[in-house]
Amino acid sequence: MKYQSQRVALPYFVGALTIFTLQLVFGLIGAAMYVDPLLISPNILPFSVVRMIHTNALIVWLLLGFFGSTFYLLPEETERELHSPRLALVQFWVFFAAAAFTVVGYLFGNYGGRSYLEQPMVVKVGIVLVALMFLYNCSVTALRGRRTVITGILLLGLWGIAVFFLFAFYDPANVVIDKMFWWWVVHLWVEGVWELVMASILAFLLIKLTGVDREVVEKWLYVIIGTALFSGILGTGHHYYWIGAPAYWQWIGTIFSAVEPLPFFAMVIFAFAMVWKGRRTHPNGAALLWSLGCAVTAFFGAGLLGFLHTLAPINYYTHGTQLTAAHGHLSFYGAYAMVNLAMFTYAMPPLLGRAPYRQRLNIVSFWILTGGVALMSAALMFAGLLQTHLERVLGQPYMDVQPQLTLFYWIRLIGGVITASGLVLYLVAILVPGRRKVPVASGLVPAE
Amino acid sequence: MERLTTAAARNIFYGGSVFFFVVFAALVANSYVQARTMERTHPISAAVAHGKRVWEQKACFDCHTLYGEGARFAPEIGKVWLKYGGDSDPAAAEDALKSWFAAQPTGVAGRHQMPQFHLSDADLHDLIAFLRWTSSINTQDWPPRPAAN
Repeated sequence: MKYQSQRVALPYFVGALTIFTLQLVFGLIGAAMYVDPLLISPNILPFSVVRMIHTNALIVWLLLGFFGSTFYLLPEETERELHSPRLALVQFWVFFAAAAFTVVGYLFGNYGGRSYLEQPMVVKVGIVLVALMFLYNCSVTALRGRRTVITGILLLGLWGIAVFFLFAFYDPANVVIDKMFWWWVVHLWVEGVWELVMASILAFLLIKLTGVDREVVEKWLYVIIGTALFSGILGTGHHYYWIGAPAYWQWIGTIFSAVEPLPFFAMVIFAFAMVWKGRRTHPNGAALLWSLGCAVTAFFGAGLLGFLHTLAPINYYTHGTQLTAAHGHLSFYGAYAMVNLAMFTYAMPPLLGRAPYRQRLNIVSFWILTGGVALMSAALMFAGLLQTHLERVLGQPYMDVQPQLTLFYWIRLIGGVITASGLVLYLVAILVPGRRKVPVASGLVPAE
Repeated sequence: MERLTTAAARNIFYGGSVFFFVVFAALVANSYVQARTMERTHPISAAVAHGKRVWEQKACFDCHTLYGEGARFAPEIGKVWLKYGGDSDPAAAEDALKSWFAAQPTGVAGRHQMPQFHLSDADLHDLIAFLRWTSSINTQDWPPRPAAN
């Protein structure tokens, strides 16, 4: 760690892992409710609240991870200390406290809004304040320091996250218009500006881990985010097929969605090409595994599983089935959870002033976590295909179809348990560095 | 890839992103106008607007789907009004929906459970008015088997 202010990333990473754990706890409860609906009385803890906490916790921990990653990489990229490390710490505690307040509120019925945006108004305003603190701090740092393509694209993505979040405040009574602009938050986040954040963090990691030239990485980065936005912006159309919007979206959504796997494919080629070109073997092999795994799993989850049901003639049958959940799990994990887990793995040893530690356990946790999520997604994919056939082709009612999917819901629950045990191993590998303190050897300084 | 310079890649990225966003915004503007035009034939009354707030406050979408969007723990309800025969006998459909709400949770083993929300008569009426309005939307013939969903 070259700059003292990078240390503010530490609470962000620990906070993110705490909320990741919360996400999995409620994921397991929800998965258990699918196999035994009478497990918990709906008047005490309805499924809706479980899902709300599961999805909101996901978004909050990923954002905490993005914030922490930005604070970690910004000093190294700009070659100067953060503008205000204290503001970064204040920002963390405001955001973390707001998240805790929101979750407790959800359990007592204090929610209202749209899906993923159930936060009470005061929390939504708080999120904007946190975003302003963050963007001010990072933008000033970037403007005063060395300008790199990585910081430029990262900040563009982070500003985009804040700008599109503002549509969370627009909730018109016309449900068609409501849905159209709800996707401006949800789709333009995860299939738009989040991809900029993911690509730039991945590029930073690959430069550090493989020692490849910055110039090569920068050109790749523009090609990746170019294909991401060219396809992703009009690809929003694949959410406008059946919500009361005009029929022309079926053409636009289909054509541009067909291109949406391209940036993820480019990221796989990019990541492996950089490793082949790279001259150095970084001692943190686990971080490299997470980085490569991120690109590959994102390609399968976001690229392929998304493409599977995104074309209008197919989506007509599969829309609103468990196939969406299958895609959602593997794509969020592959693209956004894994890029964060890669960054935590890379940055925690220098943050603690150590050489890389517990590499083998970390690598084991990689395979268990990834295997668990893949099993969940596969189970949900089979459930979704069967549901599509029974409901959308044969016309059996939803409630008659659900009991026929129980086997797959059991397999999903098992996948969830495997995922949770993978997380426990990861937490040990990251948060319990062991007593024997190995100092950072001089040969282990990251590449420039 | 070799002949493409970083500066050219950057310019293509910025130019292309702005272009596609402008096209997207123009199409959304057109869709917005069409959605507002629809309100002339299907006006959004105060009851419909308030019913939508009830739908949001109770987070109905965190179990149900509306036009296929939301959670998949409970049935699609975009056209539930038509399934209850609301287009031919609205009064009977409203009564049937009200008694259905009152019967939750069913407690039947193996069946997904819905909470008892203890909605006031006014809230219930408005929520049903909202569901009546949602059934009037042109969803491009989705879902494929309306009787099932």
